[in-house]
Amino acid sequence: MKIAVASGKGGTGKTTLSCAMAFAVQEEVTLLDCDVEEPNSHFFIRPEIESREQVCRPVPAVDSAVCTGCGECARVCRFNAVVSVGKKTLVFNELCHSCGACIRICPTGALKEIEEPIGQIETGRRDHVRFVSGRLDVGQAMSPPLIRKTLEHASPDGLTIVDCPPGTSCPYVTAVKACDAAILVTEPTPFGLHDLKLAVETIRDLGVPFGVAVNRVTDEAHPIRTYCEAEGIPLLVEVPEDRRAAEAYSRGESINSVMPGLNETLRAVPEKLKAML
Amino acid sequence: MKELVIISGKGGTGKTSITASFAALAVHPVLADCDVDAADLHLILQPEIQTSENFVSGHLAEIRSGDCMQCGLCMAVCRFDAIKDFNVDVMACEGCGACVEFCPEQAIDFPEQECGVWHRSKTRHGSMVHARMHPGAENSGKLVSLLRSEIRKIAEKEKATVVLVDGSPGIGCPVIASITGADAVLVVTEPTLSGEHDLERVLQLITHFRIPAMICVNKWDINPKMTSRIEALAKSMKAVPVGRIPYDAAVTDAQVNARALVESSDGAAARAVREIWETIQKQLFAEECCHVTS
Repeated sequence: MKIAVASGKGGTGKTTLSCAMAFAVQEEVTLLDCDVEEPNSHFFIRPEIESREQVCRPVPAVDSAVCTGCGECARVCRFNAVVSVGKKTLVFNELCHSCGACIRICPTGALKEIEEPIGQIETGRRDHVRFVSGRLDVGQAMSPPLIRKTLEHASPDGLTIVDCPPGTSCPYVTAVKACDAAILVTEPTPFGLHDLKLAVETIRDLGVPFGVAVNRVTDEAHPIRTYCEAEGIPLLVEVPEDRRAAEAYSRGESINSVMPGLNETLRAVPEKLKAML
Repeated sequence: MKELVIISGKGGTGKTSITASFAALAVHPVLADCDVDAADLHLILQPEIQTSENFVSGHLAEIRSGDCMQCGLCMAVCRFDAIKDFNVDVMACEGCGACVEFCPEQAIDFPEQECGVWHRSKTRHGSMVHARMHPGAENSGKLVSLLRSEIRKIAEKEKATVVLVDGSPGIGCPVIASITGADAVLVVTEPTLSGEHDLERVLQLITHFRIPAMICVNKWDINPKMTSRIEALAKSMKAVPVGRIPYDAAVTDAQVNARALVESSDGAAARAVREIWETIQKQLFAEECCHVTS
């Protein structure tokens, strides 16, 4: 089973929860860090890195000796990534979505696909946690191709926890859609509630079963609880506000050590989600 | 008129709370909420919407089943696995139009996609533009560019002194659209290992676009040692540290009461934010500092 750990908004505790859950479960587990713009889970897992691979995506390149400047490639490109000026064809990689339409349409074979590096995937292990993390190169705009590659490392039949990118747009959708179930992490504040509602709306469109985890709870009667009860959303985990947790996080330590009581709750989460499938 | 973009390598560092406080402190600001994925500035500034427009960008494929011969060529050309059983999965469709182009029956329509809605509004601190993306919609980078160009037009018309932009998290498409062409960027960070890592990545990005950068550390007292380390890192990357904000429950209280921190508190964090704004103004208006009052 693949469990997405997601949130509408950043900084709510996705990484904290993903890592704490990976440590809490006793079985072999794979942790995929798909927050490729800002991957952070390695600070907490501290894995022994066994391998690194470069990830590329296909972009077109022009053989100007063959190009007749017919402009068909520029016509089919919806992203203005291929431009035809007089007899010259120019490619702007940062706008390219790698759809391949220009390659397919080119009547002379002047366009070829070359591989452009966009980031790396690191693989490693710490005890029972198999660790895989994608990291986007700085200056690259498109994270979904790297997210898709990282997701290919999910365990085929065991448990996989996916630390997802924040937000509700393409990177979030790419990661969550590939999972069997999701945990939406939020905070009991007006910002948290507002962004949770957006994340819920998106995940309902995706049709992925989900529950909610609330981080930094100070008061049992919080607005997230009221919202979840009204919407019939299961509240899977509540993590109490604790300065020690913030301090542990700042040092790159998983919160399991300062909140041992949380282990049992977290261990039960995959079962709870499985029951919802 | 200067444009300051407030960003954070990592989400949830207090970027929006700080932007709202700057809005309250600045002399004649205009504001843009460009964190379109998790737009929260309106929760504090309670804008009164003046006009709303749909944000239309890109296209989505739609197969007309009546005309489809089920030859399967569309599936063969689609790189995004967006076509299943001769239906387009709108969440997967990238809007590249390859299927539309190569369908031998021309049975695929390609209507424009409505990605969200954006507003021109008034707040108690100045004009504001903000938006809401539809769930799962694409092109957030384009929406950010649109919001920034609109707020600059408004700023010119109103002869505003400063454009404050609440930027997007991360280092990808939306944040690149948030910062290109801005006068300065303030990065809000936290004294954590991940905060340090994300700061380094976002400063690389800012350097790449050659924009003057400043940083401030929020909740600095959670880990003073890390705060010093982060400030040293910033300096080594030519970003100017402009202040430290202590951990303070007043920040959340202000949020709950829909007020900017400096409007509702005179505590340690509010005082720190005031000082930071003074420092930023000096940086931002360096060559014309004699005209600055506050």
